[in-house]
This record gives sequence, C-alpha cells and structure tokens, in this order.
Amino acid sequence: MSALTTHPFQTRASVAHRSETAIFWLFRGATYFVLLCGAVVFLNIFVKGSRTVFQTKAPFVNTTFFTDSPESLYVFQWEGQKREMGDKEFRAFKETHPAAANVKAESYVYCAGGIFPCIVGTVLLVVGSMTIALTLGVCAAVYLNEYARDGTFIRFVRLAILNLAGVPSIVFGLFGFGMFVIFFGWNVSLLAGWFTLAFMVLPVVITASEESLKAVPKGFREGSLALGATKWQTIRKNVVPYALPGILTSSILGIARVAGETAPIMFTAAYVVRDKLPWQVDHFSDFFFQGVMALPYHIYVVSSKIPQNEYTERVQYGTAFVFLLIVALIAAASILLRSRLRNRYKW
Amino acid sequence: MDTLAPAPSPQPPAASTPAISVPATVPAPAGEILIDIDQVDFFYGASQALHNISLQIQDKKVTAFIGPSGCGKSTLLRCLNRMNDLIDGTRVARGSIKIRGIDIHRPDVDVIELRKRVGMVFQKSNPFPKSIYENITYGLKLQGVRNQARLDEVVESSLRGAALWDEVKDRLHTSGLGLSGGQQQRLCIARAIAVEPEVILMDEPCSALDPVATAKVEELIQTLRARFTIVIVTHNMQQAARCSDKTAFFYMGKLIEYADTRNIFMNPANPQTEAYVSGRFG
Repeated sequence: MSALTTHPFQTRASVAHRSETAIFWLFRGATYFVLLCGAVVFLNIFVKGSRTVFQTKAPFVNTTFFTDSPESLYVFQWEGQKREMGDKEFRAFKETHPAAANVKAESYVYCAGGIFPCIVGTVLLVVGSMTIALTLGVCAAVYLNEYARDGTFIRFVRLAILNLAGVPSIVFGLFGFGMFVIFFGWNVSLLAGWFTLAFMVLPVVITASEESLKAVPKGFREGSLALGATKWQTIRKNVVPYALPGILTSSILGIARVAGETAPIMFTAAYVVRDKLPWQVDHFSDFFFQGVMALPYHIYVVSSKIPQNEYTERVQYGTAFVFLLIVALIAAASILLRSRLRNRYKW
Repeated sequence: MDTLAPAPSPQPPAASTPAISVPATVPAPAGEILIDIDQVDFFYGASQALHNISLQIQDKKVTAFIGPSGCGKSTLLRCLNRMNDLIDGTRVARGSIKIRGIDIHRPDVDVIELRKRVGMVFQKSNPFPKSIYENITYGLKLQGVRNQARLDEVVESSLRGAALWDEVKDRLHTSGLGLSGGQQQRLCIARAIAVEPEVILMDEPCSALDPVATAKVEELIQTLRARFTIVIVTHNMQQAARCSDKTAFFYMGKLIEYADTRNIFMNPANPQTEAYVSGRFG
C-alpha cells in the first residue's frame, strides 16, 4: 500500500489538483446560474402571462386579447356577484339591464380588451427599421470590407461605428426626437421611429455584416475576377450571397433589440393609446406619419403610468408574454431563412 | 474548337478595347511570342519582389516557372493578368508586359477583357459553392450568355476538355464542393477554359493534390497545350520537367535562367540552376 502511495502517478490529491476541481465547478456553476436566471424569468412570465393569454374554455386561447384594442375594465357588484366587464361590454350590459344604469363601478384603465394595436405597431416598427438598417448597414459593410483602403479615415469611421454602438438608447430617442420629429417635422410617426431604431442597430448590423463578408474566402473573389468579372459582379454574385447567413444572424440580434427598446420610440413613434389602427388612414402617405402603439411602450405604461392593482398585473404579464412570443417568432423566421441559405451556400 | 467559338455579340469594337487577341479561329503558329515581359521591376510597397525580369513566353507552349519559395515566380504569374492590382501598394515600377504587342498596363487596356483572355487556376482549388453547372457557366453568364443550349454545350465541352465529364455528368447540379480535391481542381480548370482564354495561368495547381490527382492534372495539361498557352508555377521540379516546354528558374526575385526545359534540367548554363535542379539547395 505504501508502495502505491509513493508511486509518482498515484499521489494524493494535491493543492493543484483541488484547485483544478474548484475552478471547474466555479465555471460550471456560473454557467448553470445563468441558465437558472433565464429559466426563472421565462417561467415567471410564462406562468403569469398564460393566465391572461389562455383560458379554460374552448378555444383555450383568449382571442380577444390578441384582436381587441385596450379598454377600461369595470368591476361592480351585480345581484350579489362581482362582475368584471370591458368598456363595450359594460355599456351593452347597461342598455339591456336598465337597473344597472346607476350601478357603482370601479374602472381600471387599459385593463380590459386586448393589445392588437400594440402587436401591429411593434411588427411595423421592426419591419421598417430592420429594412432601413439592413440596407444601410450592408452597403456600408460592403464598402468598408470590399472597396475602402485601410487608412486613417477608415479607422476613424470604424471608431465612430464602435462609439455609436455604445450610445445609450435614450440618447438615440432624444436624437430622433430632435432630428426627425422636430427638425424634419415628421412629428411622432412611424417614419421617425424607423430611422431612430435603425440608427440604433446600425452598428450591430455593420459590424456583423463586415465579419461575415470577411469570412468569405478570398479565393471566391479571385476566382471570379480571374474569369473576367467586374468588382461589382463579383460582390453581387460571389461574395454577398455567401455572407447572407451571417448578416441574417446579426439581424436576429437586431430584431430583438429593435422590438424591445422603449426609450428610442417613446419620443419618436409610440402613443400611449390610439383608437385607429395603422391602416385606417385617409391617404397612403399618412401611413408613414402616424404614431403607433407598441408592445414595450405599452408594458411601460401599464406598469408605471397607471395605478397598480391586481387587474393591471394581468395585462402586464399578458403583454410581456405575447411580446416574447412575437420576438421568438420573428427570430425563428430569420433562423429558418438563414439555415436554408446556409444549406444552399456551404463551403 | 468550333463549338467553343466566342459568343457573337458582347465583343466591343476593337478601337475601344485594344484587341489583345486575334480571333480564336485563326490560331497563331506555335512558338510565336505571345507574352513579352521586358525589364520588369515589381514592388510590394517598399520591398522589391522582381528585379529586371525579361522573358518571352511562346504561344501554345507550356512554360514553367520554378524556384524556391519567395523567389517571385507567383508574383510574376499574377502580373500577367494583373491580379496583383487587387493587393494594395503593389506596382510595376519599370518595364512592360506586352501580350500580342499590347502593353497590359496601358491606361486604355480594359483589365476585365484582359482577364477574360488570360485565365487563371489557383493553388488552392476554389470552386464556388454553387453547382458544378453553375461553376462552369459563371464566366459566360457574366458575359451575358443566356442561351440554354449554348450553356449546356459549353458545360459539356469544358468538362470534357478538363477530363472531368465522365466523372460528373450525372451530377452536374450538385455542389462543386462535393467533389474530391483533384476533381475540384479540374473543375476550376474547366471553369477557366469555359470562357475560352488564350492563356491559362496555373499557380501551383497540384500542390494540394495527391500523386494520382496530380498525374491527372498533368495529363490534362498535355492535352490543353494544343489549344492554350499555359504558364505554370510549380515547386515540383519533376512536374516542370515532365510537362513543360520551356522553364524559367527564379531566385531572389531575379530570373536566373530561362531555356528549353530539357536544357534546364540536363544541361543548365548557370551553376545556381544546376544546384537547384539537382536538389543541392532550395
């Protein structure tokens, strides 16, 4: 036995050995802790939100929550029972029950109805701003990676892009307010929101697009040029298509950010409440100059701008749940597109 | 050869783009000087890569550039279709490179037209991540050829020309990257000959291939020499000896010796060449 313990390969656990184990568990613990945090957040929103979004009766999904505008909730005693009704329902109830005309009801603003205008507004904001950001961002990335020669000026441009990424979102909001809303006179509008959000994600899109352009092997460019292609033909046919999956990955991150930010849109595009839906405009050009409701701003309003009670909690968690669902859906669509492109252009 | 005659239209009139070529249907007699490199100095930024190179490459012959790494042979090869233009800070400081008498650095020479005439095969095979068919038709489509029948015809003749047709004819629409290394390199050769160049530059085409694939490419070079002028850079001296007509030996950016391949290997005039080809250095 003593012979074994002195064997050089079978020494007892040394300090080095124990610290190895400790470090391994530290890192593993940190990783699992992150997972735990994520799970707690998602489960919390899922459990509380599903009370609003799902219901026990068929069709099991609270469809009015998805298809109606926010309304006030009226809570009152009727024939010894506590009744909860949305604004429209309450008025109809009073018509059919004349005795209820003077019933004393407590009203809770935004706590009934649904969040349809917010869903529409957020989708419009995401689609518009990502279109602008991808167009500008991909063009800039192609210029920086394919055309520009490295020099002081280009280094300065890259520095500017990095700095842009560090600007707090509220500053983007104020910039958009000053620039688009006031100086350009666009008022609180989709257009102002699109550009503000686009500028906010632009650094992410440019940096990631440039990385994916860099990842396209030099041989593809040389091979194409050696066949007598112009630079633009080479870029269009033989570089950008292969970089698209990477560019889409960056746009997924961008989508989550654009959809989620409240600060940039609160001055530029978002309304607390709006009766008309975005397509109810007189002229198509009015479409771009109207404000919209948006999910993150709605959450902000119902969580901090109105008196809190058990009824607001429903709409808060319900909205948050739907919000996560929508971001997940948009991201899933881009991931699908990306994997299809990847299968098409693999190297 | 006739089936591969250039597409009818997109050739601009000779006045606007100086004709580097004569029509492919009138082959020049073999051995006529096609590329005339005259006292070329070449720089990467401040460092000189080529010193006073003068060399004449003959039409429809295989010319090999040999020499140790960094001797400038690839640089010179890439000068011939101005691929060095892509690298920042490169310049031909002195001398001229003339193809059929036209200086390719003249400002009115269209580099796009030059590269159509002087094709290139790279050291690392670089099929595009597209189907085999699309790889071959890439160059023609750039020139505006849309005729399906003609594209089909060129795909077949190019693949036959590159001795690849029988291996891939049933999978033309699968990715070019699914081929083996040697097949990929022959695909790149097929892609280069599909645009009917006059010259094919080969930059160490076999350095990443196993001996069997190398043998196939060398065999291919033997069949291509009838139709194209081939300039091949190689590290492999046996390869130069096997498949070239003329050999140029470079060392430290200078052309040491240029002669018939047989003379370079059997009876080199310069002691440095003798030392290199006999394996005593390099």
